[in-house]
Amino acid sequence: MHLILFFLFAGFCLAGAINLLMQTHPINSALSLIVVMTSLAVLYLLLGAEFLAIAQIIVYSGAVMVLFTFVVMLLNAGREERTLGSHAATRVGFPAVVALFAVLATILIRAQGLGAARLGEGLSNAPGQSNLFLLSQVLFHDLLLPFEVTSVLILIAILGAVALAHVEGSKIPDSEGTASK
Amino acid sequence: MTILAFFLWSLLKVAVVTVVMLMGIAYTVLLERKLVGRIQNRWGPSRVGPFGLLQPLVDGAKSFLKEDLIPTAVYRPVYLLAPIISLGCALIAIAVVPFGAPAMGPRGFDLFEISNINIGLLVILGITSMGVYGIALAGWSSNNKYSLLGSLRSSAQLISYELALGLSLVGVVLRAGSLNLRTIVDQQATLGAATWNILGGGQIVAFFIYLMAAFAETNRSPFDLPEAESELTGGYHTEYSSMKFAMFFMAEYGNMINVGCVATLLFLGGWTSPLGDLMPPLQSTLINALLPIFWFVIKVFGFLCLYVWVRGTLPRFRYDQLMNFGWRFLLPLAILNIVGTSLWLAYR
Repeated sequence: MHLILFFLFAGFCLAGAINLLMQTHPINSALSLIVVMTSLAVLYLLLGAEFLAIAQIIVYSGAVMVLFTFVVMLLNAGREERTLGSHAATRVGFPAVVALFAVLATILIRAQGLGAARLGEGLSNAPGQSNLFLLSQVLFHDLLLPFEVTSVLILIAILGAVALAHVEGSKIPDSEGTASK
Repeated sequence: MTILAFFLWSLLKVAVVTVVMLMGIAYTVLLERKLVGRIQNRWGPSRVGPFGLLQPLVDGAKSFLKEDLIPTAVYRPVYLLAPIISLGCALIAIAVVPFGAPAMGPRGFDLFEISNINIGLLVILGITSMGVYGIALAGWSSNNKYSLLGSLRSSAQLISYELALGLSLVGVVLRAGSLNLRTIVDQQATLGAATWNILGGGQIVAFFIYLMAAFAETNRSPFDLPEAESELTGGYHTEYSSMKFAMFFMAEYGNMINVGCVATLLFLGGWTSPLGDLMPPLQSTLINALLPIFWFVIKVFGFLCLYVWVRGTLPRFRYDQLMNFGWRFLLPLAILNIVGTSLWLAYR
């Protein structure tokens, strides 16, 4: 059962990823990316990481990709021109990617404490314990300082974006909709 | 329980819940037409069947029989996909909603919830966030300026209010210490209405934020800017006709029901009786199975009436008012609510 679902959604994931590259229209590519991310969420779920799965759907499929499609729609981007690119890139690129992927996979599977996961089993050793609980233990006890520092970093990024977007001397419309003096 | 029995029971539950949900959607439309009619001092639909009760069937037949018009300039695949996404997301969310007492079926089988999972609340939020695509893609693929404006408005509105909506639920989750909807209900149902999150739980501010954000999330008046008929001639569904329009229509009402279910579960004690232990437990299994469903339906019904009441009363917001309200009022209020709830829980 788990294996069937795994192959089904891994297939969706790969098909979406290939479609993402083949499509010329940006909105089709964005939609393929949504398929990829949602299938990935199902794969996480099969590995027993239910919180990660739903976070993937809420954050990536739900929020990030909505912004992507929003921007594509707002700019009304047309079809892309297809270029052939350099021959060297096609000849060296694909084997290089395959080799890199193989090396990384081997290292990750052989590594101490990592190794292959089993479908349909939880991430924790204790049965019946939700990995939400374990995750919050790690985030809010063991790694509290990095977690808080990251949120400050994101806050600074938001402030930076606001500062960049705010043009000097521009008028901010007040709540009545008219430009303030 | 064997795999086959589990599969068959689940299939039965899915079929029953889907049919009930579709009927609920049809009759919510009638409820709205009747109530808005009375608010505006007229009768509402009253010709088809007794009290106009067969009106939804006639409406459905009308949508099916109308000519299905597809404009030439639309981008077909996405145009056809959009209403399916909308309605699909509206119907899927009900899968994790518990609407009756737990473990009433044979051998402790959960008869009154399709799937009891420990992240039920997050699943509902996730599915809601996917529902945006239906509206956004419908507007874009229609190749119409009004539609595109409507869908851009809706994307911005949904993203903005999703934040306030999600944050308003954190207080409840903090109190329950779980994302499982059954646990959340059990935690607030100890003394009946006195311990509901909205009253004894002190989450009335969260309920207020949730209410406002939910109106915006479901594109309902006073936040129905994506379809504002006076300026956008229908917004994202301008180019849709016949059954495809009906699918958007059903999705909107389905989302209303979903939002009502979530509000009931999180703030109003779910399927439990407001009397709590004041009423002695009954001996009859049938009554013990049906009474929780009665309470659940009554609460959701009240919420739907509130929706209609607001629609009949308030005028539409302007776009900048909408954004100001969401970002400058609801969001800080939701964060303050989280801080306040955390401090209170830590102090206790």
